[in-house]
Amino acid sequence: MIKLRINGRERSFDGDPETPLLWYLRDELDMTGTKFGCGAGHCGASTVHRNGEAIRSCSTPMRDLAGKTVTTIEGLSPNNSHPLQIAWMHANVPQCGYCQTGQIMQAAALLKKNHNPSDKDIDDAMSGNICRCGTYQRIRSAIKAAAKDTAKAGGIA
Amino acid sequence: MSNIENVSRRNFLGGVFSTGALVLAARILPENAWADTNEYHGKAASAALRPSIYLGLEPDGTVFIVTHRSEMGTGIRTTLPMVAADELEADWSRVKIEQAIGDKNYGDQNTDGSKSIRGFFTAFREAGASARMMLVQAAAMQWNVPASECKAHMHEVTHMPSGRKLGYGALAQAAGKLPVPKPEAVQFKPKSEWRYIGKEQQIADLADICSGKAVFGMDVKRPGMLYASVERPPVMGGKVQSFDDKEALKVRGVKQTASIQPFKPPYTFQPLGGVAVIADSTWAAFQGRKKLKVEWNNGPNASHDSDLYKKELLETARKPGKVVRNVGDVDSAFAKGAKTIDAEYYVPLLAHATMEPPVALAEYRDGKVEAWVPTQNPQAVQETVATALGIKPEDVTCHVTLLGGGFGRKSKPDYVAEAALLSRQVGKPIKLVWTREDDIRFDYYHAVAGMYHKASLDDQGKTTGWLHRSVFPSISSMNDANSMYGFDVEYGMGLNDMPFDIPNHRAENGPAKAHVRIGWLRSVANIYHVFSGLSFADELAHAAGRDPLEYQLDLIGTGRVIDFKSQGVANYWNYGEPYEKYPFDTARLRKVLEIAGEKSGWGKRKSGNGWGLGVAAARSFTSYVATVVEVEVDKAGRIHIPHTWQVVDAGMVINPERARSQFEGAAVMGAGIALTGEISVADGRVKQSNFHDYPVARMNQAPIQTDVHIVESDALPGGIGEPGVPPFVPAFANAVFAATGKRIRELPFSKQKLV
Repeated sequence: MIKLRINGRERSFDGDPETPLLWYLRDELDMTGTKFGCGAGHCGASTVHRNGEAIRSCSTPMRDLAGKTVTTIEGLSPNNSHPLQIAWMHANVPQCGYCQTGQIMQAAALLKKNHNPSDKDIDDAMSGNICRCGTYQRIRSAIKAAAKDTAKAGGIA
Repeated sequence: MSNIENVSRRNFLGGVFSTGALVLAARILPENAWADTNEYHGKAASAALRPSIYLGLEPDGTVFIVTHRSEMGTGIRTTLPMVAADELEADWSRVKIEQAIGDKNYGDQNTDGSKSIRGFFTAFREAGASARMMLVQAAAMQWNVPASECKAHMHEVTHMPSGRKLGYGALAQAAGKLPVPKPEAVQFKPKSEWRYIGKEQQIADLADICSGKAVFGMDVKRPGMLYASVERPPVMGGKVQSFDDKEALKVRGVKQTASIQPFKPPYTFQPLGGVAVIADSTWAAFQGRKKLKVEWNNGPNASHDSDLYKKELLETARKPGKVVRNVGDVDSAFAKGAKTIDAEYYVPLLAHATMEPPVALAEYRDGKVEAWVPTQNPQAVQETVATALGIKPEDVTCHVTLLGGGFGRKSKPDYVAEAALLSRQVGKPIKLVWTREDDIRFDYYHAVAGMYHKASLDDQGKTTGWLHRSVFPSISSMNDANSMYGFDVEYGMGLNDMPFDIPNHRAENGPAKAHVRIGWLRSVANIYHVFSGLSFADELAHAAGRDPLEYQLDLIGTGRVIDFKSQGVANYWNYGEPYEKYPFDTARLRKVLEIAGEKSGWGKRKSGNGWGLGVAAARSFTSYVATVVEVEVDKAGRIHIPHTWQVVDAGMVINPERARSQFEGAAVMGAGIALTGEISVADGRVKQSNFHDYPVARMNQAPIQTDVHIVESDALPGGIGEPGVPPFVPAFANAVFAATGKRIRELPFSKQKLV
């Protein structure tokens, strides 16, 4: 039995401890905002936070989550209100939208550590997240806009 | 062209609308020749009248607009409803968008070919305008005044002399009893009163996408459903010889295995066949599959090898082929030319690699199938599933989810037939998930192509003759196992419609057989034809010692409508559009090139020393696009793209915001194709498997800034989703030449040494 906390709620998992977190979230908990893209940590579609750090849930087995705190897109903010979600909508970032929850979770982890990321910081943090529609230019501008807005508001909680 | 019938007294939409609602169904004649090319889908002819658009108004004032096209990122689910809402004078905040199921009665639903707006702009306008006229008429009758004294404005009708007002909801029932205006009587709003068309509009699914609530095919569930993963023959056309599932069945969660029969050639949209593992979770199905032991009979394609095939294609391109366009006499031009140059070009196979791999949920019950699918073509789902199961297409209900990318892959529903076959065998709803490895190894690949170009220049540097030969395994192999040549659709994408005004020009197509499944991918044959054609044009400019942009303008010549018939092009495909409505007008191509020159500051800085600009322009999907790419190549040979400019004349643009986003995305996809895109085969098996060995453009490789300039135009709307890709690749390669002096004639760039 693996106990962990997901989006503020205690969960216990009693399946195969090698099961990636992604499939526990999606198949068992019906949290489908976290996406399956490659199953190998190459594309970032499955990005969630473990103790605040961005990880690829598709290649993180449940055995590595005992006692940990996980945040998924469903737990990022109430009512789509995270500064990045607001900036994403303002910049009309998504096209098909499939990778965007992973992009937002990756960017959220970046902004937690770095309140004023440079282009290079953004490249370094975001180049593990693939968008086949090619929304990178808008992702970059949305991250900058969110950083600016939160700087005004005194940082991201 | 369209006629509309009032269907409000029929239960036509299965419960979407309450009784008493005004419902309009627009019937439109398909004007699009993609319908004709549907023969390679094995489809019935599609010449019959079919209703396509539905617009409903509820007594509470809610407007339902039914989108029958699939949403894969272009914004079409929002853009088409904008057209109807505008003509209806509807308040956008009271519009609800309903996604249509697959049904022939909606008209063409195959969302590819960049044709949703071209095909349905008029029909959606008519639906909205007809509804508005009926509401005005209903109000006039209620007030007992002439309709000419009444005006519709933002969800209400006003009697102008008295100022009396009635809301649309209050008028819905009365309007629903009126006859629908005849098409010739439908009055459209003047352009000056357009409130949504041509204005920026956010997509309807934006908030749901950002919160993770949006429902893609991957996200659908049904009670009692099981998960499946399929081990497919590694070589196209291979079969299972025997398999041992003992170990697979021991995996926790695995319920059973099941066989899927191999396809009967030609491959069409049939499943590839193989062995499925059925389990109570996706992960268990994947794990069980790894434990399967399968012996394959690989069949005749087991010796296929990309390196050998490449040689074959290029050798064929050196020989005369089937002539698909002929102007003047190329051979005598070559004999007389002051200078002749020639070059071989090559583009490898490409995979679609949509972020959401193919996935389908199918539920077989009592001889019928219900499916939930991210599909570009729900009617093909109906037909493909019906054929696979021996049932009728109308017994297949296809619900269309959001698509996590499409690019042409998801108009080929082999993956839905797999799920439906398994559901029947297992007796439960089956969610079938393709892994990324499945997606890369079992795609309908964009064709590999070998091309040969030869041209003559006179002593002034003017091009006097041009020979263009192209050899590629054709998409027609999908429907014809013996296919050796391309067809009009492939020829009309940059082979027989090159825009240059050259007195002697011949285009030829040589034979090639397909050994993997070939299919269309965003912008299709334009990828290889425009890459090689516009790169070679750049070579000619340099051979002539001329500025490449000026030289391209000279090659295009004066503004004119190209007369293809007189140039030996018997059936110019023209993206399925009548030529008189959508002529190839080189003045528009010149204009986008000239604007691209201005916007990019062309000629202001000298190229070389690792910096350069490249340019290319092309018409595709009836839109005209010029692209300038700025390149920096560092000392390690790494390529950076600081800036690109895309100038677009796509005629009238409905939602400029989404149009820009498509061209921004096309620059990224073009960069990925150019830099690293390659699928290759050894021993009949695709070598690549995931994003580590089939890299696509990431943020640090993509253009930093893409400026999209949309030319103001009242011309008929053209395509938006695809035309950005074709000119990008040659403009990029030409920029690399400008920066480094290294001519790239083979994709991907990563195979070239730049320093």
